Amino acid sequence: MADLSVDFCGVRSPNPFWLASAPPTNTGDQVRRAFDAGWGGAVWKTLGNPIVNVSSRFGGVDYGGGRLMGLNNIELITDRPIEENLREMREVKKNYPDNVLVASLMVETYEEWKEIIRRAEDTGCDALELNFGCPHGMCERGMGSAVGSEPKVLREITGWVMEHATTPVIVKLTPNIGDITEPAEAAMAAGAPAVSLINTIKSIIGVDLDTMVPTPQVGGASTNGGYCGPAVKPIALHLLGQVARMPNVVPISGIGGVSNWRDAAEFMALGATTVQVCTAVMHYGFRIVEDMIEGLSDFLDDQGYGSAQELVGRAVPQYKDWGDLDLNHHAVASIDPDKCIGCQLCYVACLDGSHQCIHIPGMSDEEKRARGHVAFPAHVPDRPVTAAGGTPGARVPYVHEEECVGCNLCELVCPVDGCITMVEKRRGPQVDTWADWAGRGEDLRPGSLDATRKARGK
Amino acid sequence: MKPFRKGEGGPLAQGRLETRIGDKKPLYTDGEAAAEASRCIYCVDAPCIEACPTGIDIPTFIRKIATDNVRGAARTILADNLLGYSCGRSCPVEVLCAGACVYNHWGRPAIEIGRLQRYATETALSRDPALLAKTRKPPTGKRIALVGAGPASLACAGHLALDGHEAVIFEKKSIPGGLNTLGIAPYKLQADDAMAEIQFVLGLGDIELKTGMSVVAGEPSGEGEISADSLLRDYDAVFVGLGLGPDRTLGVPGEEGPGVYGATWLIEQIKTNPEFSLEGVRRPVVVGGGNTAIDIARELAKLGLGEVTMVYRGAAEAMSGYAHEMEGARLDGVRLLERRQPVAIERDGAELRGISVAPVVDGTADAARGETLGCDLVALAIGQARLTDLAKAFDGVDLDERGRVLVDDATCRTGHPRVYAGGDCVNGGKEVVNAAQHGKLAARDITAVLAASS
Ligand SMILES: Cc1cc2nc3c(=O)[nH]c(=O)nc-3n(C[C@H](O)[C@H](O)[C@H](O)COP(=O)(O)OP(=O)(O)OC[C@H]3O[C@@H](n4cnc5c(N)ncnc54)[C@H](O)[C@@H]3O)c2cc1C
Ligand SMILES: Cc1cc2nc3c(=O)[nH]c(=O)nc-3n(C[C@H](O)[C@H](O)[C@H](O)COP(=O)(O)O)c2cc1C
Ligand code: SF4
Ligand code: SF4
Ligand code: SF4
Repeated sequence: MADLSVDFCGVRSPNPFWLASAPPTNTGDQVRRAFDAGWGGAVWKTLGNPIVNVSSRFGGVDYGGGRLMGLNNIELITDRPIEENLREMREVKKNYPDNVLVASLMVETYEEWKEIIRRAEDTGCDALELNFGCPHGMCERGMGSAVGSEPKVLREITGWVMEHATTPVIVKLTPNIGDITEPAEAAMAAGAPAVSLINTIKSIIGVDLDTMVPTPQVGGASTNGGYCGPAVKPIALHLLGQVARMPNVVPISGIGGVSNWRDAAEFMALGATTVQVCTAVMHYGFRIVEDMIEGLSDFLDDQGYGSAQELVGRAVPQYKDWGDLDLNHHAVASIDPDKCIGCQLCYVACLDGSHQCIHIPGMSDEEKRARGHVAFPAHVPDRPVTAAGGTPGARVPYVHEEECVGCNLCELVCPVDGCITMVEKRRGPQVDTWADWAGRGEDLRPGSLDATRKARGK
Repeated sequence: MKPFRKGEGGPLAQGRLETRIGDKKPLYTDGEAAAEASRCIYCVDAPCIEACPTGIDIPTFIRKIATDNVRGAARTILADNLLGYSCGRSCPVEVLCAGACVYNHWGRPAIEIGRLQRYATETALSRDPALLAKTRKPPTGKRIALVGAGPASLACAGHLALDGHEAVIFEKKSIPGGLNTLGIAPYKLQADDAMAEIQFVLGLGDIELKTGMSVVAGEPSGEGEISADSLLRDYDAVFVGLGLGPDRTLGVPGEEGPGVYGATWLIEQIKTNPEFSLEGVRRPVVVGGGNTAIDIARELAKLGLGEVTMVYRGAAEAMSGYAHEMEGARLDGVRLLERRQPVAIERDGAELRGISVAPVVDGTADAARGETLGCDLVALAIGQARLTDLAKAFDGVDLDERGRVLVDDATCRTGHPRVYAGGDCVNGGKEVVNAAQHGKLAARDITAVLAASS
């Protein structure tokens, strides 16, 4: 069985699964139960100067009958006395010496940082995480994402922390910034041995149209909050990938929408050594970690990885800039007539949303023209739908290969597993990228290559 | 070994009648399973778990399907129910897990727990038949004998093997599996699928299956017999999973002779005997109102044997068969004649001509008002006899007034400290899942007792 333990800038974690700094790590009792359930580490709810929270605090986005595809919150850092937090952290660490305990911190002045680092490290915690990401409430006081989105300030404060910290320092980055590599660069330049990302994304979850108040409502008003949960995973993966391919990058803890083992494996492949989870636990509880451990372990065994650490960063080299993609790669859609149920979703998607190259058998060219087709295949084979569950009398749509641009929209909308596949039809044997074209002075401009040539010629 | 593949059923020949009947709930595709799994809301202390006789952690296994951790889902199922595959296909989920699903109270269709369970076990075990065998404990040197190779004994043997013990199963028939192989309606589970699951169970560890071996009370009279005493002498513990006996008869004139069959005998022929034919049958009659009666009626209807009539002595509402199954039978074209009792079988010489039935008024048949239903086949589904006399051959084992073996509920231990019993012979005839639970409870106690004594 693969070794699930990982080394995160010198800290050994029994597995890569950590709880993110958030309500699930509010109290010692919660963290204890989480460790019992199998979580490898926990980043305690951010400590700082006393605050007061509002009520309500959360808003959710549902999709297709499923709840909490995305979660928005306007909660601040811990609202419990710092002494209580520190005492419970000390107790937890004493009882769970093998689990990773990280103190998340957010204060303002140099003296405050110095003081809180001393007190946090005094609990025996394994590392510190600097919360430079909270996008609401705290940033208006010059903390959280106000720091995270100003690389200079971030560098300076990280520098203060590095002066005093004796445990590894993880800088938690905010996604609310144009180029994530700038704060990442600043954190590394200040000597931080690790970064984590992402914190929540600035958001307004919706508007109550009866009261004309955005949600969540606090009295008769609302404010912008931070978005997280499954919906943010693609954004988090992108920002993670951006940081992971920086030269000499430090270890990364990946956060944002991780809900199951597969999400975790994807984050690790794109450069995260550990992952942190908040929303999925808020939705379903600590129990989800059993599936994460089992699923990752089976996956590693299947693929022949000896350890979780070996997975880290495997997909990073394949994450490239657009200009480095092979323009000779071409794929066309292929419909399996034995699986098609005849819903014609691929047809309308291609007709209205792509390149009008899927045809329904039995239509005359006039009918096709009226529907919006511009190119007509010589012959459209008429195949009746025969799959179990198929609509009686329906016909299997036909892909006009010469016209198919290989966008794969039809594959994405087809409701039947494996019914539409993309078949590779290379345009040429050699790899040919836009960067190659540019190198040859043949880069594209709107209005075709000829237009480009003419423009250059002038 | 590749279990869960058609046509690899061992002693089963091709051409069995049951193979003409289609699968009522075919295996989900990956996408269908993911979509259904995503409907489950992952309840905490879920009522569906409570309603499963083996206590499978249903929300966890369903979530694992949703996260594409199908092997994990199968592990979760099999940890509590080694026969989770056939249970997924044959359990009456409407009155068990799915009947308790929170969706029912919302007026929305319950989660298809049985189908998801089949999907997880079938998919995972086809890919990796040794999924559980890898978790086997080191050998203990302890040996346990099991009487009968029905679901109760198979589940027990599987758990014992995983605990590192040696299990030897004695089965009097040539085909193992008990009623799970020989009795389940073909639109739920066919015999070769049951056999494939048996291959999986036998592969869990040190299990020997001896078919054609009857355990007898007195001295064995030949090769194919072994005495109860010798099991006690040669093994550390004994598990008795005898099941029930042959079909009961009506005791009416004309019953002996061609065309009148016991229902479980008839089902066994349909499921396992390629020589057996129902050619020419057009008007079958089924006597009884339990699940076996409904099953055989539906099977005959699905085989296309004309109009099938069920004759039941009480009112439709009083039938012991499940209402959802009777509803299915009606849709298959089965006609129910309620409040009628057979009083004679009518024959032309040897040839079956009809069955004479009398109306039942206030619990008694009014023979004077009898009428004859023309028919060319009669299936008797009025219960099965008990085989439990054998159990008494083990010192200290007792039966209740209905002939069921008495056991301790928590451990399935009988009055003899080394003899356990479970399944139909203990509960008087329930489901495969109840037998699987008994087998598991007994195995757990056997392991605990043997560990404490060594
Ligand atoms: C027609 C029918 C349909 C059914 N349909 C369903 C269904 O859809 N779903 C469901 O969950 N349940 C169903 N059941 C019930 C289910 O099959 C039984 O509850 C289950 O098989 C009981 O398991 P068991 O191990 O106790 O006994 P059995 O399955 O009866 O197995 C007992 C075994 O012991 C053997 N044996 C008996 N005496 C001896 C001896 N002296 N020596 C050696 N071997 C011996 C027998 O040959 C047999 O193989 C059905 C039952 C019937 C009759
Ligand atoms: C209610 C709530 C409170 C949070 N509080 C904090 C916090 O105190 N400190 C912090 O660094 N991040 C906080 N976060 C952000 C999470 O740690 C995490 O970065 C984010 O939720 C993305 O992960 P997810 O998609 O798994 O939820 C909070 C998130 C939520 C939903
Ligand atoms: S989840 Fe619990 S704390 Fe939150 S509003 Fe509901 S009852 Fe209150
Ligand atoms: S979307 Fe899929 S199933 Fe529907 S018509 Fe197209 S190929 Fe067939
Ligand atoms: S009760 Fe229904 S919805 Fe809830 S866990 Fe069980 S199957 Fe899922």
